[in-house]
Amino acid sequence: MSIASIDSAAEENKAILSVEDVTLEYRTRRHLVTAILHASFNLFAGDRLVLLGPSGCGKSSLLKAVAGHLRPTSGRIMLNGKPIRSAGPDRVMVFQEFDQLLPWKTVLGNVAFALTASGNMKRKEAELAATHYLHKVGLNGFLHAYPHTLSGGMKQRVAIARCLSMRPEIILMDEPFAALDALTRQKMQDQLLELWRDIGFSLLFVTHSISEALLLGNRILLVSPHPGQIRAEVTVDPNVLGREGDSGFREIAERIHNTLFRDIADYSI
Amino acid sequence: MHVEKLLTASDLIREFKFDNPDPTTAIEAARPLPLWRKIWEIDAVRKLFLLAVMALVWQLYAIKLGNTLVLPSFTVTVQAFFNALKSGELIARSAVTLKVLSMGYIGGVTAAAVLSIFAIGSRLGSDLLDTLTSMFNVLPAIALLPLALLWFGLGTPSILFVLIYAVLWPMALNTLAGFSSISPTLKLVGRNYGLGGLRYVFLILIPAAFPSIVTGLKVSWAFAWRTLIAAELVFGVSSGSGGLGWFIYERKNQLETADVFAGLFTVIVIGILFENVVFRPLERNTVYRWGMRS
Repeated sequence: MSIASIDSAAEENKAILSVEDVTLEYRTRRHLVTAILHASFNLFAGDRLVLLGPSGCGKSSLLKAVAGHLRPTSGRIMLNGKPIRSAGPDRVMVFQEFDQLLPWKTVLGNVAFALTASGNMKRKEAELAATHYLHKVGLNGFLHAYPHTLSGGMKQRVAIARCLSMRPEIILMDEPFAALDALTRQKMQDQLLELWRDIGFSLLFVTHSISEALLLGNRILLVSPHPGQIRAEVTVDPNVLGREGDSGFREIAERIHNTLFRDIADYSI
Repeated sequence: MHVEKLLTASDLIREFKFDNPDPTTAIEAARPLPLWRKIWEIDAVRKLFLLAVMALVWQLYAIKLGNTLVLPSFTVTVQAFFNALKSGELIARSAVTLKVLSMGYIGGVTAAAVLSIFAIGSRLGSDLLDTLTSMFNVLPAIALLPLALLWFGLGTPSILFVLIYAVLWPMALNTLAGFSSISPTLKLVGRNYGLGGLRYVFLILIPAAFPSIVTGLKVSWAFAWRTLIAAELVFGVSSGSGGLGWFIYERKNQLETADVFAGLFTVIVIGILFENVVFRPLERNTVYRWGMRS
């Protein structure tokens, strides 16, 4: 055995999630569509890994496969060394859609129910934990409100509190801020980073926005479409990057754009 | 000097002043409506008004016609209703009808629930239910009464068979429609909690499909009610006391037209009572509160 392979084995052990040569296909009435072709990556504890690509590049399918809602055609996805077979509360997903909250439960009920349904937590204990996390996202004044009375941003905060409270191995987010207005989106992005510094979780985040990827991720995987392939990995260094609008930020954003759309001249984000 | 021409932010923002009176002494922005307007805003008042107009038209026409055998007047009908109520006959007949009705309704709803849960489990199951409902939903339950009499004889079992049939299809149709219109996101959320099997059905699917389920309950309740009264009109002979439908049929034979009207009136009253006492509160406390219907 060579030294290199020992090294890579040691590195694989540290990864919470390893996606190994995964191909995803789905069937429509007429076609067998390849969503993702031979994708491989690792996610380490505390990572904020972003899958960045244009709409329809298969990044959401990849996230669904990690969540266990989609089975790879080939390759395998390992969570802490065990292959993922089905959906489970150790990988909680936050969706873009506002209807991800159960409309028949209050804000508190939604979070507490997730805890009693997914684990063996008693109701009292679950409500205590739920209150704690709802406080963290700034919703302590809305514990007994029903979801339909909340704004879009508040609904997404409930969804985030719900997933944090379940203490999953990985949090999976599928464009959770895409349907929000620009001001709210910015606030939510800041709050997510704050929560990450506060609680410290591992995040796999899907987006089609380059600036959101640069803002939120510590590593970015660029996924190109037809079929979805991981083209490059970007390590985000805040010192080089600067703030949004700085020259470093703009240069990296442009290079990401060029990498993603090298082969597709008339494609715009 | 050019420097003096530079504008500052305060030059660009112009605030508007209002000469509103002092808010502590001023009349409030919202003024109360006049009393008659307030009363008219109550739903029940407007509906009662319409009912009174209809009763008046009825009364005037009946008096003009002057034939109690064909059309008894409103007041005569009300009198007959209260007489039948006082004698206890109407209540006894209603009780018989409601007892059979509730048995058939519960039976039908349970059967529909079992079928629908089976149907969401597999594609073949949902195809089966789909085919069955499109076949039988158009076939009126009362058309099966002759067959039921052949199979189960004169009496309650025949009526129950027809009732369950009447409830089953509209209920199953609505429930299935509810299940199939659940947002895919909600289903994924349920799976994400690690829910499966019956826990998934009862904790996620049924509440998520509740608007359609409530509609199914209401529609099939009306179906059951109509079918039962119709079935009782056909026979009630052997089943001793008989229900409301039989009461109506009997009184027609005795040419007591006012009693026939009183019987029909009772059917309507019980219907409205159920709508307001059972279904309205059920909807208010579930689908309306949850914002699933507005």
